[in-house]
Amino acid sequence: MSLTKLDPARMRLHNRRKVVNAIALTLSLAAMAFGLFWLAWILFETLRLGVGGLAVSVFTEMTPPPNAESGGLANAIFGSLTMVGLATALGTPIGILAGVYLAEYGQRTWLGRITQFINDILLSAPSIVIGLFIYATVVARFKTFSGAAGVLALALIVIPVVIRTTEGMLVLIPNSLREAAYALGTPKWKVIWSITLKAARAGVVTGVLLALARIAGETAPLLFTALNNQFWSADLGQPMASLPVTIFKYAMSPYDNWRDLAWAGVFIITLGVLALNILARVLFRTRK
Amino acid sequence: MSAERQRRVPWADGAFAIAAHAAAWLTLALLAGIILSLVVGAWPAIREYGVSFLWRSDWDPVEEKFGGLVMIYGTLATSAIALMIAVPVSFGIALFLTELAPGWLRRPLGVAVELLAAVPSIVYGMWGLLVFGPILATWVQEPMQRWFGEWPVIGGLVSGAPVGIGILSAGIILAIMIIPFIAAVMRDVFETTPAMLKESAYGLGSTTWEVVWKIVLPYTKTGVIGAVMLGLGRALGETMAVTFVIGNFNQLDTLSLFEAANSITSALANEFAEAAPGLHQASLIYLGLILFFITFVVLGCSKLLLASLKKNEGSKT
Amino acid sequence: MSTTFESPIAERAKLAVRDLNFHYGKFQALKNINLDVPERKVTAFIGPSGCGKSTLLRVFNRMFELYPEQRASGTVSLDGEDILSTRLDVSLIRAKIGMVFQKPTPFPMSIYDNIAFGVRLFEALPRVEMDERVEWALKKAALWNEVKDKLQQSGASLSGGQQQRLCIARGIAIKPEVLLLDEPCSALDPISTGKIEELIHELKSDYTVVIVTHNMQQAARCSDYTAYMYLGDLVEFGATSDLFMKPRKKDTEDYITGRFG
Repeated sequence: MSLTKLDPARMRLHNRRKVVNAIALTLSLAAMAFGLFWLAWILFETLRLGVGGLAVSVFTEMTPPPNAESGGLANAIFGSLTMVGLATALGTPIGILAGVYLAEYGQRTWLGRITQFINDILLSAPSIVIGLFIYATVVARFKTFSGAAGVLALALIVIPVVIRTTEGMLVLIPNSLREAAYALGTPKWKVIWSITLKAARAGVVTGVLLALARIAGETAPLLFTALNNQFWSADLGQPMASLPVTIFKYAMSPYDNWRDLAWAGVFIITLGVLALNILARVLFRTRK
Repeated sequence: MSAERQRRVPWADGAFAIAAHAAAWLTLALLAGIILSLVVGAWPAIREYGVSFLWRSDWDPVEEKFGGLVMIYGTLATSAIALMIAVPVSFGIALFLTELAPGWLRRPLGVAVELLAAVPSIVYGMWGLLVFGPILATWVQEPMQRWFGEWPVIGGLVSGAPVGIGILSAGIILAIMIIPFIAAVMRDVFETTPAMLKESAYGLGSTTWEVVWKIVLPYTKTGVIGAVMLGLGRALGETMAVTFVIGNFNQLDTLSLFEAANSITSALANEFAEAAPGLHQASLIYLGLILFFITFVVLGCSKLLLASLKKNEGSKT
Repeated sequence: MSTTFESPIAERAKLAVRDLNFHYGKFQALKNINLDVPERKVTAFIGPSGCGKSTLLRVFNRMFELYPEQRASGTVSLDGEDILSTRLDVSLIRAKIGMVFQKPTPFPMSIYDNIAFGVRLFEALPRVEMDERVEWALKKAALWNEVKDKLQQSGASLSGGQQQRLCIARGIAIKPEVLLLDEPCSALDPISTGKIEELIHELKSDYTVVIVTHNMQQAARCSDYTAYMYLGDLVEFGATSDLFMKPRKKDTEDYITGRFG
């Protein structure tokens, strides 16, 4: 039987398979291009419309009333930086401890399995529901919207992310390293703290950066916890301005100055989030 | 043998273990707390309407009459549209990344997809409203109305003012948002297929498409379904991408995809901050509870599916 | 306790194992082991894969306790005191019985800190004394000359053979009395292996050494006493020259002459 001359029936089948393959692969390429297209378009528009509205005043002036001549996003930027920073500071230790629990103490226990399951649910739970929870517990109790409530809501989003990445990094550390430390007579807490966590350090830091990037762009949990504030406020006990909520308010309005500021805000957030993501990747790659 | 050496900090072991355990319990307490506070907050509405809340469609804060059907429909419809678009596209992207892309292209493209997944949803929302919406109106909605407007069933779906908002818009924006997410998980799932399995198929003379369709996909099918459900969970709970373009309209006069509508998340985003305590607020919290319940079930199933796939491939010690 | 046990060793028993049984879940990995490990000598455990030699080694420093499904019963006495009874703080036992593993495991820190890590667990030495201890340990492990100018570099920057000697130095630095070596050369090239075997020969003047090896020639080269194990049983134990030249049991002879492996 020759390899180059098949009988017609086999030839037809062969050709049809080749055609199907070609179509499928073309569609797959098209899908990839489709995905990239949206990314490029969104980023391009954000750049175009956002950069246009950027000026020094954006960083120095407060959020203005509608149709005002000048104005900026200073209080919103400050509020975002404050709340995101505090939330990360609050949520990271708890997340790392729970991640340590899952990887080092609770590996085959029922508590470990349930915690892992619950954590994955919380990871993808609607962030607006987190906002509702904090509203019901904190805002309603103290009868005021506050920056602190916003910090709590954001921290509740940080915690599952850090748990997931910390656990994921710790289980990659080979047992032989732990055993070598135990063999010296190291107590368990020191094995975890000085050896295992240290070896996983790059991955854990990456996880924290990714959590930070995630909450930097979150709007929904702040909508009814920190609310918004037209003026400068550093008081965590009062409503606090934030970039995402300000953008939300301004974007759907009919006022031009507000819309321009909203685009500038979107540009700043996108830049910040992408920069954090890229930083996290670079950090992870070089440390490894 | 006497202990001529002492441990430097003998109580540290216990303290550290307690702290780690406490953090784990905190996670459980959090979930319990969320469910509890939602139920308590929604109680007035639950007591008033019971399960009928799910199919009542009036929403009148003045008259204090509420029903969740409009929002539930909005949530489900936008998510359904999003999935219908996102799943095949994500599949195509995952296929490209694992089988087609030349080695040097694989990492940058993978990174591009993951960066897309990191863009905050408010960006999608704003872009959707101010850039995409008008384009959708002129290039998709108007033509569709011209062509299908008179048809029996479909005509109803495309009626209404074509201004670029509504369930279709929200669904499309949502799709663009969850594509990178589902694609990344699908790619990871495809990569768990043992190389030897694929090589056996190639060795028999299979084409790339046949290897993927007949070997990789069946091998990873639980993982693929898990990925899709993960994306669904994301879509259901998404607030900002939907709120900008859905129109914030609480009536359900028609089933048109072009009419303004509302979803659970957009209703909460728009109304909750000013809602009067009492039945209005309780009804909104009731909606939040329903949403949480739906996403909980979806995410739970996805997690079980993804875990059973991992069991097949073998796990760490 | 077995009163009919006759120890074939001439020296004092540093470690005395009596009626030791070990289980991984339902599987019994060690069956009624009775053994004396002589002081300041090198004892080798040999046998085919799965015979239990590493398992036995890991009982000595209670490493198996990290894994809940592993259980040991019987007694293992160090200088007369049973180390399996759980009243004793296990980290103090491990300070006296050190272990080096198959694959080099440098900690993620500098060479200096690798050595100092174990010392700092138990002693608060001033800087000068710590420097001396580090130098002493590295010299004992025949590594000092190669790393004395780069003590601050990461432990992972050394070659495989150097890393393994670093792990040995790390184990010695805390001044244990027994050194357990679990196939220490299996990941190393022949030259590094040779260096470590020389090291073992020097170490035995100060420490009791137990080495597990799947390489019979290594056991013949390095050890004073050898135990041959098969499927969880201690088949034969005696002076190395006796075991290799005139083994008492046929099973031992079959293994040594390579009739099975």
